[in-house]
Amino acid sequence: MREEFRILSTTAILGYGFPLSSFEEGMKRGPHLIAVDGGSTDPGPYYLGAGVSFTNREAVKRDLEIMIKAGVENKIPVVVGSAGGSGGAPHLQWCREIVEEIAKENDLHFKLAVIHAELDKGMLAKELAAGKITPLEPAPELTQEELEATSRVVAQMGVEPFIAAFERAPDVILAGRAYDPTCFAALAIKQGYDPALSLHLGKILECAAICATPGSGSDCMFGYIGEDYFRLEPLSNVRKCTTLSVAAHTLYEKTNPYILPGPGGVLDLHECKFEQESENTVRVSGTKFIPSEFNAVKLEGAKKVGCRTVSIAGTRDPVMIAKIDEIMAGVKERVSDNFKGQLEDYHLRFNIYGRDGVMAALEPQPTTDGAHELGIVIEATAPTQSQADTICAFARSTMLHYGYQGRRSTAGNLAFPYSPSDFHAGEVYEFSVYHLLRADDPAKLFPFEIVELGGDRA
Amino acid sequence: MMTKLSEITEVIRSKNAGPYELTFDIMFKDYTWFEKVCKAKVINEQLICDIYRIKREDIINIVEFYPAKAIKVTIKRPIPSGSLGETDVYGAQQHGPLLGLAFDL
Repeated sequence: MREEFRILSTTAILGYGFPLSSFEEGMKRGPHLIAVDGGSTDPGPYYLGAGVSFTNREAVKRDLEIMIKAGVENKIPVVVGSAGGSGGAPHLQWCREIVEEIAKENDLHFKLAVIHAELDKGMLAKELAAGKITPLEPAPELTQEELEATSRVVAQMGVEPFIAAFERAPDVILAGRAYDPTCFAALAIKQGYDPALSLHLGKILECAAICATPGSGSDCMFGYIGEDYFRLEPLSNVRKCTTLSVAAHTLYEKTNPYILPGPGGVLDLHECKFEQESENTVRVSGTKFIPSEFNAVKLEGAKKVGCRTVSIAGTRDPVMIAKIDEIMAGVKERVSDNFKGQLEDYHLRFNIYGRDGVMAALEPQPTTDGAHELGIVIEATAPTQSQADTICAFARSTMLHYGYQGRRSTAGNLAFPYSPSDFHAGEVYEFSVYHLLRADDPAKLFPFEIVELGGDRA
Repeated sequence: MMTKLSEITEVIRSKNAGPYELTFDIMFKDYTWFEKVCKAKVINEQLICDIYRIKREDIINIVEFYPAKAIKVTIKRPIPSGSLGETDVYGAQQHGPLLGLAFDL
Protein backbone atom coordinates (compact mmCIF):
# COMPACT_ATOMS: atom_id res chain seq x y z
CA MET A 1 0.00 0.00 0.00
CA ARG A 2 1.40 3.38 -0.90
CA GLU A 3 1.76 6.13 1.66
CA GLU A 4 -0.88 8.74 2.33
CA PHE A 5 -0.75 11.99 0.37
CA ARG A 6 -0.18 14.79 2.88
CA ILE A 7 -1.40 18.39 2.52
CA LEU A 8 -0.72 21.41 4.71
CA SER A 9 -3.45 24.06 4.38
CA THR A 10 -2.19 27.22 6.02
CA THR A 11 -5.23 29.47 6.50
CA ALA A 12 -8.84 30.07 5.41
CA ILE A 13 -7.88 32.83 2.97
CA LEU A 14 -4.35 33.90 2.07
CA GLY A 15 -3.66 36.94 4.26
CA TYR A 16 -5.90 35.86 7.16
CA GLY A 17 -2.76 34.62 8.95
CA PHE A 18 -1.76 31.54 10.97
CA PRO A 19 0.33 30.84 14.10
CA LEU A 20 3.92 29.91 13.24
CA SER A 21 3.72 27.05 15.75
CA SER A 22 0.88 25.43 13.77
CA PHE A 23 2.77 25.84 10.50
CA GLU A 24 5.86 24.20 12.05
CA GLU A 25 3.73 21.32 13.35
CA GLY A 26 2.48 20.89 9.78
CA MET A 27 6.02 20.91 8.36
CA LYS A 28 7.04 18.18 10.85
CA ARG A 29 4.49 15.91 9.16
CA GLY A 30 6.38 16.14 5.88
CA PRO A 31 3.68 17.51 3.56
CA HIS A 32 3.75 16.75 -0.17
CA LEU A 33 1.99 20.06 -0.76
CA ILE A 34 1.55 23.42 0.96
CA ALA A 35 -1.57 25.13 -0.35
CA VAL A 36 -3.94 27.98 0.40
CA ASP A 37 -7.12 29.35 -1.08
CA GLY A 38 -6.83 33.05 -1.83
CA GLY A 39 -10.35 33.98 -2.78
CA SER A 40 -14.08 34.28 -2.40
CA THR A 41 -17.03 36.12 -3.95
CA ASP A 42 -18.34 36.81 -0.45
CA PRO A 43 -16.92 40.34 -0.04
CA GLY A 44 -19.13 41.36 -2.93
CA PRO A 45 -18.83 42.44 -6.57
CA TYR A 46 -16.60 45.51 -6.05
CA TYR A 47 -13.30 43.64 -5.71
CA LEU A 48 -13.84 41.56 -8.83
CA GLY A 49 -15.03 44.51 -10.91
CA ALA A 50 -12.51 47.09 -9.74
CA GLY A 51 -9.56 44.66 -9.89
CA VAL A 52 -8.68 45.15 -6.23
CA SER A 53 -7.83 42.57 -3.54
CA PHE A 54 -10.03 42.43 -0.44
CA THR A 55 -7.07 41.16 1.58
CA ASN A 56 -4.26 43.34 2.87
CA ARG A 57 -0.92 43.35 1.01
CA GLU A 58 1.31 43.18 4.09
CA ALA A 59 -0.74 40.34 5.56
CA VAL A 60 -0.64 38.37 2.28
CA LYS A 61 3.10 38.90 2.03
CA ARG A 62 3.64 37.70 5.60
CA ASP A 63 1.72 34.44 4.95
CA LEU A 64 3.33 33.83 1.55
CA GLU A 65 6.84 34.53 2.76
CA ILE A 66 6.61 31.83 5.43
CA MET A 67 5.06 29.34 2.98
CA ILE A 68 7.45 29.98 0.09
CA LYS A 69 10.62 29.96 2.21
CA ALA A 70 9.64 26.63 3.76
CA GLY A 71 8.45 25.19 0.45
CA VAL A 72 11.51 26.15 -1.60
CA GLU A 73 13.93 25.06 1.12
CA ASN A 74 12.28 21.64 1.52
CA LYS A 75 11.35 21.16 -2.16
CA ILE A 76 7.62 21.07 -1.43
CA PRO A 77 5.35 22.74 -4.01
CA VAL A 78 3.42 25.79 -2.79
CA VAL A 79 0.08 26.47 -4.48
CA VAL A 80 -2.23 29.50 -4.22
CA GLY A 81 -5.75 29.31 -5.68
CA SER A 82 -7.81 32.39 -6.62
CA ALA A 83 -4.83 34.70 -6.12
CA GLY A 84 -5.60 38.29 -5.12
CA GLY A 85 -9.11 37.39 -3.92
CA SER A 86 -11.08 37.43 -7.16
CA GLY A 87 -8.48 35.76 -9.39
CA GLY A 88 -8.71 38.19 -12.35
CA ALA A 89 -5.69 39.54 -14.25
CA PRO A 90 -4.99 42.52 -11.92
CA HIS A 91 -5.47 40.32 -8.83
CA LEU A 92 -3.05 37.72 -10.16
CA GLN A 93 -0.52 40.43 -11.06
CA TRP A 94 -0.83 41.94 -7.57
CA CYS A 95 -0.04 38.59 -5.99
CA ARG A 96 2.74 37.88 -8.48
CA GLU A 97 4.50 41.11 -7.54
CA ILE A 98 4.38 40.08 -3.89
CA VAL A 99 5.97 36.72 -4.76
CA GLU A 100 8.66 38.44 -6.83
CA GLU A 101 9.39 40.75 -3.91
CA ILE A 102 9.71 37.76 -1.54
CA ALA A 103 12.12 36.03 -3.96
CA LYS A 104 14.26 39.14 -4.24
CA GLU A 105 14.34 40.05 -0.56
CA ASN A 106 15.20 36.51 0.53
CA ASP A 107 17.50 35.76 -2.39
CA LEU A 108 15.39 32.73 -3.29
CA HIS A 109 15.70 30.99 -6.65
CA PHE A 110 12.65 29.11 -7.82
CA LYS A 111 10.38 28.26 -10.70
CA LEU A 112 7.00 30.03 -10.65
CA ALA A 113 3.95 28.98 -12.66
CA VAL A 114 1.22 31.58 -13.18
CA ILE A 115 -2.18 30.30 -14.39
CA HIS A 116 -4.55 32.88 -15.86
CA ALA A 117 -8.32 32.82 -15.34
CA GLU A 118 -9.65 36.09 -16.77
CA LEU A 119 -11.49 35.53 -20.05
CA ASP A 120 -11.64 37.69 -23.14
CA LYS A 121 -15.06 39.32 -23.57
CA GLY A 122 -14.90 39.02 -27.38
CA MET A 123 -14.54 35.25 -27.09
CA LEU A 124 -17.39 35.16 -24.55
CA ALA A 125 -19.65 37.19 -26.86
CA LYS A 126 -19.19 34.50 -29.54
CA GLU A 127 -19.87 31.72 -27.06
CA LEU A 128 -22.99 33.53 -25.84
CA ALA A 129 -24.26 33.90 -29.41
CA ALA A 130 -23.63 30.17 -29.89
CA GLY A 131 -25.78 29.35 -26.86
CA LYS A 132 -22.84 28.06 -24.80
CA ILE A 133 -23.49 30.33 -21.79
CA THR A 134 -26.38 29.49 -19.47
CA PRO A 135 -27.37 31.06 -16.14
CA LEU A 136 -26.67 29.37 -12.84
CA GLU A 137 -30.12 29.58 -11.29
CA PRO A 138 -31.33 31.91 -9.83
CA ALA A 139 -29.10 34.28 -11.83
CA PRO A 140 -30.87 35.80 -14.87
CA GLU A 141 -30.13 35.06 -18.55
CA LEU A 142 -27.08 36.88 -19.89
CA THR A 143 -27.54 39.32 -22.77
CA GLN A 144 -24.89 40.73 -25.14
CA GLU A 145 -25.55 44.22 -23.69
CA GLU A 146 -25.00 42.98 -20.14
CA LEU A 147 -21.81 41.18 -21.16
CA GLU A 148 -20.58 44.31 -22.93
CA ALA A 149 -21.24 46.39 -19.77
CA THR A 150 -19.33 43.88 -17.62
CA SER A 151 -15.92 45.12 -16.46
CA ARG A 152 -14.31 41.73 -15.94
CA VAL A 153 -15.15 38.05 -16.29
CA VAL A 154 -13.23 35.22 -14.63
CA ALA A 155 -13.80 31.48 -14.88
CA GLN A 156 -13.28 28.98 -12.08
CA MET A 157 -10.67 26.47 -13.15
CA GLY A 158 -10.91 22.79 -12.31
CA VAL A 159 -7.90 20.55 -11.59
CA GLU A 160 -6.74 20.26 -15.24
CA PRO A 161 -4.85 23.58 -15.48
CA PHE A 162 -3.01 22.79 -12.22
CA ILE A 163 -2.11 19.33 -13.49
CA ALA A 164 -0.82 20.82 -16.75
CA ALA A 165 1.31 23.29 -14.77
CA PHE A 166 2.61 20.55 -12.44
CA GLU A 167 3.99 18.71 -15.51
CA ARG A 168 6.60 21.47 -15.62
CA ALA A 169 7.60 20.87 -11.98
CA PRO A 170 7.20 24.42 -10.63
CA ASP A 171 8.12 25.26 -7.04
CA VAL A 172 5.27 27.73 -6.69
CA ILE A 173 1.95 27.96 -8.54
CA LEU A 174 -0.13 31.12 -8.49
CA ALA A 175 -3.53 30.46 -10.00
CA GLY A 176 -6.23 32.94 -10.95
CA ARG A 177 -9.84 32.16 -10.06
CA ALA A 178 -10.09 28.48 -9.17
CA TYR A 179 -12.82 26.22 -7.80
CA ASP A 180 -11.82 26.32 -4.12
CA PRO A 181 -10.86 22.63 -3.60
CA THR A 182 -8.67 22.35 -6.71
CA CYS A 183 -5.47 23.95 -5.40
CA PHE A 184 -5.42 21.23 -2.72
CA ALA A 185 -6.70 18.32 -4.82
CA ALA A 186 -4.90 18.65 -8.17
CA LEU A 187 -1.49 17.23 -7.23
CA ALA A 188 -3.03 14.24 -5.41
CA ILE A 189 -5.28 13.52 -8.40
CA LYS A 190 -2.28 13.81 -10.74
CA GLN A 191 -0.51 11.20 -8.62
CA GLY A 192 -3.47 8.82 -8.89
CA TYR A 193 -5.31 9.38 -5.62
CA ASP A 194 -9.10 9.16 -5.72
CA PRO A 195 -10.56 12.35 -7.27
CA ALA A 196 -13.73 12.31 -5.15
CA LEU A 197 -11.81 12.02 -1.88
CA SER A 198 -9.18 14.53 -3.02
CA LEU A 199 -11.82 17.12 -3.97
CA HIS A 200 -13.91 16.53 -0.85
CA LEU A 201 -10.80 16.95 1.32
CA GLY A 202 -9.96 20.10 -0.67
CA LYS A 203 -13.46 21.40 -0.03
CA ILE A 204 -12.78 21.18 3.71
CA LEU A 205 -9.12 22.30 3.63
CA GLU A 206 -9.98 25.46 1.69
CA CYS A 207 -11.32 26.91 4.96
CA ALA A 208 -8.42 25.40 6.97
CA ALA A 209 -9.20 25.40 10.70
CA ILE A 210 -12.81 26.56 10.28
CA CYS A 211 -13.75 22.84 10.23
CA ALA A 212 -12.35 22.32 13.75
CA THR A 213 -13.83 23.15 17.12
CA PRO A 214 -13.22 25.83 18.23
CA GLY A 215 -13.09 26.97 14.62
CA SER A 216 -10.71 29.63 13.36
CA GLY A 217 -10.25 31.46 10.07
CA SER A 218 -6.60 32.04 10.87
CA ASP A 219 -5.02 28.68 11.69
CA CYS A 220 -3.63 25.71 9.75
CA MET A 221 -5.19 22.29 9.04
CA PHE A 222 -3.56 19.07 7.86
CA GLY A 223 -5.10 16.55 5.46
CA TYR A 224 -4.13 12.98 4.56
CA ILE A 225 -5.50 11.04 1.57
CA GLY A 226 -5.42 7.24 1.64
CA GLU A 227 -6.74 4.65 -0.80
CA ASP A 228 -10.38 4.87 0.25
CA TYR A 229 -10.55 7.58 2.90
CA PHE A 230 -9.16 10.91 3.95
CA ARG A 231 -8.27 12.24 7.39
CA LEU A 232 -8.18 15.69 8.98
CA GLU A 233 -5.91 16.77 11.79
CA PRO A 234 -5.73 20.22 13.43
CA LEU A 235 -2.23 21.52 14.15
CA SER A 236 -2.95 23.53 17.28
CA ASN A 237 -3.61 21.64 20.51
CA VAL A 238 -6.50 23.94 21.39
CA ARG A 239 -8.51 22.57 18.43
CA LYS A 240 -10.13 19.26 17.66
CA CYS A 241 -11.71 17.90 14.52
CA THR A 242 -14.90 16.11 15.50
CA THR A 243 -17.34 14.28 13.26
CA LEU A 244 -19.79 17.07 14.03
CA SER A 245 -17.37 19.95 13.34
CA VAL A 246 -16.34 18.41 10.00
CA ALA A 247 -19.89 17.46 8.97
CA ALA A 248 -21.11 20.91 10.00
CA HIS A 249 -18.51 22.50 7.77
CA THR A 250 -19.91 20.51 4.86
CA LEU A 251 -23.05 22.66 5.18
CA TYR A 252 -21.18 25.94 5.07
CA GLU A 253 -22.06 28.26 2.16
CA LYS A 254 -23.63 25.39 0.18
CA THR A 255 -27.08 25.11 -1.32
CA ASN A 256 -27.36 21.39 -0.59
CA PRO A 257 -24.85 19.50 1.60
CA TYR A 258 -25.37 16.16 -0.18
CA ILE A 259 -24.67 17.44 -3.69
CA LEU A 260 -21.68 19.73 -4.24
CA PRO A 261 -21.40 20.81 -7.88
CA GLY A 262 -18.03 21.76 -9.37
CA PRO A 263 -16.24 21.79 -12.70
CA GLY A 264 -16.71 18.49 -14.52
CA GLY A 265 -19.19 16.96 -12.12
CA VAL A 266 -20.69 16.81 -8.63
CA LEU A 267 -19.48 15.41 -5.34
CA ASP A 268 -22.15 13.11 -3.95
CA LEU A 269 -22.09 12.82 -0.15
CA HIS A 270 -25.17 10.62 0.33
CA GLU A 271 -23.04 7.64 1.39
CA CYS A 272 -20.35 9.60 3.13
CA LYS A 273 -19.17 8.37 6.55
CA PHE A 274 -17.61 10.68 9.14
CA GLU A 275 -15.78 8.72 11.86
CA GLN A 276 -13.90 9.91 14.95
CA GLU A 277 -10.48 8.36 14.52
CA SER A 278 -8.72 9.78 17.56
CA GLU A 279 -9.56 12.49 20.03
CA ASN A 280 -8.75 15.24 17.52
CA THR A 281 -8.78 13.58 14.07
CA VAL A 282 -11.66 12.61 11.79
CA ARG A 283 -11.73 10.03 9.01
CA VAL A 284 -14.08 10.46 6.05
CA SER A 285 -14.99 7.87 3.41
CA GLY A 286 -17.69 7.08 0.88
CA THR A 287 -17.60 10.31 -1.16
CA LYS A 288 -18.48 9.79 -4.82
CA PHE A 289 -17.80 11.90 -7.89
CA ILE A 290 -20.45 11.89 -10.59
CA PRO A 291 -19.17 13.35 -13.86
CA SER A 292 -21.56 15.75 -15.61
CA GLU A 293 -22.97 15.10 -19.07
CA PHE A 294 -20.91 17.94 -20.50
CA ASN A 295 -17.84 19.88 -19.44
CA ALA A 296 -18.42 23.42 -18.21
CA VAL A 297 -16.80 26.13 -16.13
CA LYS A 298 -18.44 28.66 -13.86
CA LEU A 299 -18.13 32.31 -14.89
CA GLU A 300 -18.19 35.29 -12.54
CA GLY A 301 -18.40 38.87 -13.72
CA ALA A 302 -19.15 42.31 -12.33
CA LYS A 303 -20.15 45.59 -13.96
CA LYS A 304 -19.83 49.16 -12.79
CA VAL A 305 -23.13 50.84 -12.00
CA GLY A 306 -21.85 54.22 -10.80
CA CYS A 307 -20.25 55.98 -7.85
CA ARG A 308 -21.60 56.22 -4.33
CA THR A 309 -21.60 58.88 -1.63
CA VAL A 310 -22.99 58.11 1.83
CA SER A 311 -23.94 60.17 4.84
CA ILE A 312 -24.40 58.65 8.28
CA ALA A 313 -26.85 60.19 10.74
CA GLY A 314 -29.27 59.33 13.54
CA THR A 315 -32.42 60.57 15.21
CA ARG A 316 -33.57 60.35 18.83
CA ASP A 317 -36.81 62.29 18.29
CA PRO A 318 -39.99 60.24 18.93
CA VAL A 319 -42.14 62.31 16.55
CA MET A 320 -39.55 62.03 13.76
CA ILE A 321 -39.22 58.26 14.38
CA ALA A 322 -42.99 57.80 14.08
CA LYS A 323 -43.08 59.76 10.83
CA ILE A 324 -39.90 58.41 9.22
CA ASP A 325 -41.64 56.93 6.14
CA GLU A 326 -43.43 60.17 5.35
CA ILE A 327 -40.22 62.17 5.86
CA MET A 328 -38.16 59.92 3.56
CA ALA A 329 -40.83 60.13 0.84
CA GLY A 330 -40.93 63.92 1.21
CA VAL A 331 -37.15 64.26 0.99
CA LYS A 332 -36.98 62.04 -2.10
CA GLU A 333 -39.65 64.11 -3.80
CA ARG A 334 -37.85 67.37 -2.96
CA VAL A 335 -34.55 66.03 -4.37
CA SER A 336 -36.25 64.82 -7.54
CA ASP A 337 -38.08 68.10 -8.02
CA ASN A 338 -35.00 70.21 -7.37
CA PHE A 339 -32.86 68.54 -10.05
CA LYS A 340 -35.59 67.89 -12.61
CA GLY A 341 -34.21 68.06 -16.14
CA GLN A 342 -30.69 68.43 -14.78
CA LEU A 343 -29.79 65.30 -12.83
CA GLU A 344 -32.29 62.48 -13.00
CA ASP A 345 -30.15 59.35 -13.29
CA TYR A 346 -29.45 58.45 -9.68
CA HIS A 347 -30.37 55.98 -6.96
CA LEU A 348 -31.20 57.53 -3.57
CA ARG A 349 -31.88 55.32 -0.60
CA PHE A 350 -32.25 55.70 3.16
CA ASN A 351 -31.26 52.62 5.13
CA ILE A 352 -33.00 52.76 8.49
CA TYR A 353 -31.19 50.89 11.28
CA GLY A 354 -33.58 50.15 14.13
CA ARG A 355 -36.33 49.25 11.66
CA ASP A 356 -35.19 47.11 8.71
CA GLY A 357 -31.62 48.26 8.06
CA VAL A 358 -30.20 44.74 8.28
CA MET A 359 -32.88 42.60 6.62
CA ALA A 360 -34.72 45.03 4.30
CA ALA A 361 -37.39 43.07 2.38
CA LEU A 362 -36.85 39.93 4.50
CA GLU A 363 -37.53 41.72 7.81
CA PRO A 364 -40.62 40.18 9.47
CA GLN A 365 -41.13 43.24 11.73
CA PRO A 366 -40.38 46.34 9.64
CA THR A 367 -41.62 48.70 12.31
CA THR A 368 -40.29 51.54 14.44
CA ASP A 369 -42.62 50.66 17.32
CA GLY A 370 -40.56 50.63 20.48
CA ALA A 371 -37.49 52.17 18.84
CA HIS A 372 -36.09 55.09 20.83
CA GLU A 373 -33.49 55.95 18.21
CA LEU A 374 -32.85 55.21 14.53
CA GLY A 375 -29.64 55.05 12.53
CA ILE A 376 -30.01 56.55 9.07
CA VAL A 377 -27.57 55.91 6.23
CA ILE A 378 -28.26 58.16 3.27
CA GLU A 379 -26.86 56.59 0.13
CA ALA A 380 -26.68 58.23 -3.30
CA THR A 381 -25.37 56.40 -6.38
CA ALA A 382 -25.02 58.22 -9.71
CA PRO A 383 -22.89 57.92 -12.87
CA THR A 384 -20.15 60.22 -11.50
CA GLN A 385 -18.83 60.82 -8.00
CA SER A 386 -19.64 64.50 -8.22
CA GLN A 387 -23.26 63.74 -9.15
CA ALA A 388 -23.50 61.30 -6.24
CA ASP A 389 -22.08 64.04 -3.96
CA THR A 390 -24.75 66.46 -5.20
CA ILE A 391 -27.65 64.08 -4.52
CA CYS A 392 -26.31 62.93 -1.16
CA ALA A 393 -25.59 66.46 0.09
CA PHE A 394 -28.97 67.76 -1.03
CA ALA A 395 -30.86 64.81 0.52
CA ARG A 396 -28.86 65.26 3.75
CA SER A 397 -29.53 69.00 4.08
CA THR A 398 -33.19 68.55 3.10
CA MET A 399 -33.70 65.84 5.70
CA LEU A 400 -31.88 67.89 8.37
CA HIS A 401 -34.31 70.76 8.02
CA TYR A 402 -37.41 68.93 6.77
CA GLY A 403 -40.60 70.41 8.28
CA TYR A 404 -42.80 67.42 9.01
CA GLN A 405 -46.15 67.67 10.76
CA GLY A 406 -45.94 67.79 14.57
CA ARG A 407 -42.28 68.74 14.53
CA ARG A 408 -40.91 70.29 17.73
CA SER A 409 -37.18 70.11 16.98
CA THR A 410 -37.06 73.06 14.61
CA ALA A 411 -33.27 73.45 14.91
CA GLY A 412 -32.49 70.18 13.07
CA ASN A 413 -33.72 66.62 12.60
CA LEU A 414 -30.45 64.68 12.45
CA ALA A 415 -27.44 63.91 14.64
CA PHE A 416 -24.27 63.56 12.55
CA PRO A 417 -21.46 61.64 14.24
CA TYR A 418 -18.81 63.12 11.93
CA SER A 419 -17.68 66.25 10.18
CA PRO A 420 -17.49 65.97 7.21
CA SER A 421 -20.84 64.20 7.24
CA ASP A 422 -20.60 62.74 3.72
CA PHE A 423 -18.15 60.08 2.51
CA HIS A 424 -17.08 58.83 -0.88
CA ALA A 425 -17.73 55.09 -1.14
CA GLY A 426 -16.23 55.18 -4.63
CA GLU A 427 -17.10 52.96 -7.58
CA VAL A 428 -20.09 50.67 -7.21
CA TYR A 429 -20.28 47.30 -8.96
CA GLU A 430 -22.92 44.59 -9.29
CA PHE A 431 -22.55 40.92 -10.16
CA SER A 432 -23.60 40.69 -13.79
CA VAL A 433 -22.31 37.25 -14.78
CA TYR A 434 -22.86 34.08 -12.75
CA HIS A 435 -23.16 31.52 -15.49
CA LEU A 436 -21.90 28.26 -16.89
CA LEU A 437 -19.77 28.20 -20.02
CA ARG A 438 -19.76 24.90 -21.89
CA ALA A 439 -16.20 24.04 -22.84
CA ASP A 440 -15.04 20.80 -24.41
CA ASP A 441 -11.45 21.45 -23.43
CA PRO A 442 -11.64 23.56 -20.25
CA ALA A 443 -7.85 23.54 -19.71
CA LYS A 444 -7.52 25.67 -22.86
CA LEU A 445 -9.31 28.56 -21.12
CA PHE A 446 -6.56 28.81 -18.51
CA PRO A 447 -3.15 29.36 -20.14
CA PHE A 448 -0.12 29.32 -17.88
CA GLU A 449 3.39 30.71 -18.03
CA ILE A 450 6.55 29.58 -16.28
CA VAL A 451 9.16 32.03 -15.00
CA GLU A 452 12.40 31.51 -13.16
CA LEU A 453 12.71 33.90 -10.22
CA GLY A 454 16.00 34.96 -8.73
CA GLY A 455 17.98 34.35 -11.91
CA ASP A 456 19.61 31.05 -12.93
CA ARG A 457 19.58 28.23 -10.48
CA ALA A 458 22.84 27.62 -8.73
CA MET B 1 -45.60 22.82 25.98
CA MET B 2 -43.83 25.14 23.56
CA THR B 3 -40.18 24.36 22.87
CA LYS B 4 -37.94 27.24 21.83
CA LEU B 5 -35.74 26.54 18.81
CA SER B 6 -32.93 28.53 20.44
CA GLU B 7 -32.92 26.09 23.39
CA ILE B 8 -32.59 22.87 21.39
CA THR B 9 -29.98 24.05 18.88
CA GLU B 10 -26.25 24.76 18.97
CA VAL B 11 -26.01 26.81 15.80
CA ILE B 12 -28.46 29.01 13.92
CA ARG B 13 -26.72 30.92 11.13
CA SER B 14 -27.17 32.46 7.69
CA LYS B 15 -24.67 33.00 4.87
CA ASN B 16 -24.44 33.53 1.12
CA ALA B 17 -24.35 30.42 -1.03
CA GLY B 18 -23.05 32.36 -4.03
CA PRO B 19 -24.23 35.94 -4.71
CA TYR B 20 -27.83 34.98 -5.54
CA GLU B 21 -28.74 32.66 -2.66
CA LEU B 22 -29.01 32.81 1.12
CA THR B 23 -28.64 29.66 3.15
CA PHE B 24 -29.68 29.00 6.76
CA ASP B 25 -28.17 26.24 8.93
CA ILE B 26 -30.02 25.04 12.01
CA MET B 27 -27.88 22.54 13.94
CA PHE B 28 -29.46 20.71 16.86
CA LYS B 29 -27.95 19.88 20.25
CA ASP B 30 -28.64 16.16 19.95
CA TYR B 31 -30.17 13.58 17.64
CA THR B 32 -33.32 13.29 19.78
CA TRP B 33 -34.30 16.90 19.13
CA PHE B 34 -33.12 16.77 15.52
CA GLU B 35 -35.28 13.71 14.80
CA LYS B 36 -38.25 15.14 16.70
CA VAL B 37 -38.16 18.38 14.70
CA CYS B 38 -37.67 16.51 11.40
CA LYS B 39 -40.56 14.16 12.17
CA ALA B 40 -42.89 17.00 13.14
CA LYS B 41 -41.92 18.84 9.88
CA VAL B 42 -42.19 22.15 11.71
CA ILE B 43 -39.37 23.75 9.67
CA ASN B 44 -41.37 23.80 6.46
CA GLU B 45 -41.94 25.98 3.41
CA GLN B 46 -44.96 27.76 4.86
CA LEU B 47 -43.04 28.75 7.99
CA ILE B 48 -40.10 30.12 5.98
CA CYS B 49 -42.47 32.06 3.71
CA ASP B 50 -44.23 33.56 6.72
CA ILE B 51 -41.04 34.57 8.53
CA TYR B 52 -39.22 36.05 5.57
CA ARG B 53 -42.25 37.31 3.64
CA ILE B 54 -41.26 35.41 0.50
CA LYS B 55 -43.10 33.22 -2.01
CA ARG B 56 -42.82 29.43 -2.17
CA GLU B 57 -40.97 29.60 -5.47
CA ASP B 58 -38.25 31.64 -3.73
CA ILE B 59 -37.39 28.63 -1.54
CA ILE B 60 -34.73 26.55 -3.27
CA ASN B 61 -34.72 23.66 -0.83
CA ILE B 62 -35.08 22.48 2.75
CA VAL B 63 -32.68 19.60 3.46
CA GLU B 64 -32.30 17.43 6.57
CA PHE B 65 -28.57 16.64 6.91
CA TYR B 66 -28.16 13.76 9.33
CA PRO B 67 -24.32 13.80 9.75
CA ALA B 68 -24.47 17.32 11.23
CA LYS B 69 -27.87 16.98 13.00
CA ALA B 70 -28.90 19.92 10.86
CA ILE B 71 -31.75 21.31 8.83
CA LYS B 72 -30.65 23.54 5.98
CA VAL B 73 -32.90 26.03 4.23
CA THR B 74 -31.79 27.82 1.07
CA ILE B 75 -33.71 30.73 -0.49
CA LYS B 76 -33.25 33.14 -3.36
CA ARG B 77 -31.87 36.49 -2.27
CA PRO B 78 -34.41 39.31 -2.87
CA ILE B 79 -31.44 41.37 -4.18
CA PRO B 80 -28.07 39.82 -5.18
CA SER B 81 -25.13 40.40 -2.84
CA GLY B 82 -23.76 43.93 -3.17
CA SER B 83 -26.36 45.20 -5.66
CA LEU B 84 -28.07 48.57 -5.15
CA GLY B 85 -30.48 48.44 -2.21
CA GLU B 86 -28.90 45.33 -0.72
CA THR B 87 -28.09 45.48 3.01
CA ASP B 88 -26.04 42.40 3.96
CA VAL B 89 -23.20 41.63 1.53
CA TYR B 90 -22.10 38.38 3.27
CA GLY B 91 -25.68 37.40 4.19
CA ALA B 92 -24.49 36.62 7.70
CA GLN B 93 -27.21 38.50 9.64
CA GLN B 94 -30.47 37.13 8.23
CA HIS B 95 -30.92 34.36 10.80
CA GLY B 96 -32.26 36.50 13.69
CA PRO B 97 -35.98 35.74 13.39
CA LEU B 98 -35.29 31.97 13.60
CA LEU B 99 -34.01 32.38 17.17
CA GLY B 100 -37.46 33.45 18.31
CA LEU B 101 -39.29 30.40 16.95
CA ALA B 102 -41.11 28.03 19.31
CA PHE B 103 -42.97 24.80 18.53
CA ASP B 104 -45.36 22.44 20.21
CA LEU B 105 -43.41 19.20 19.74
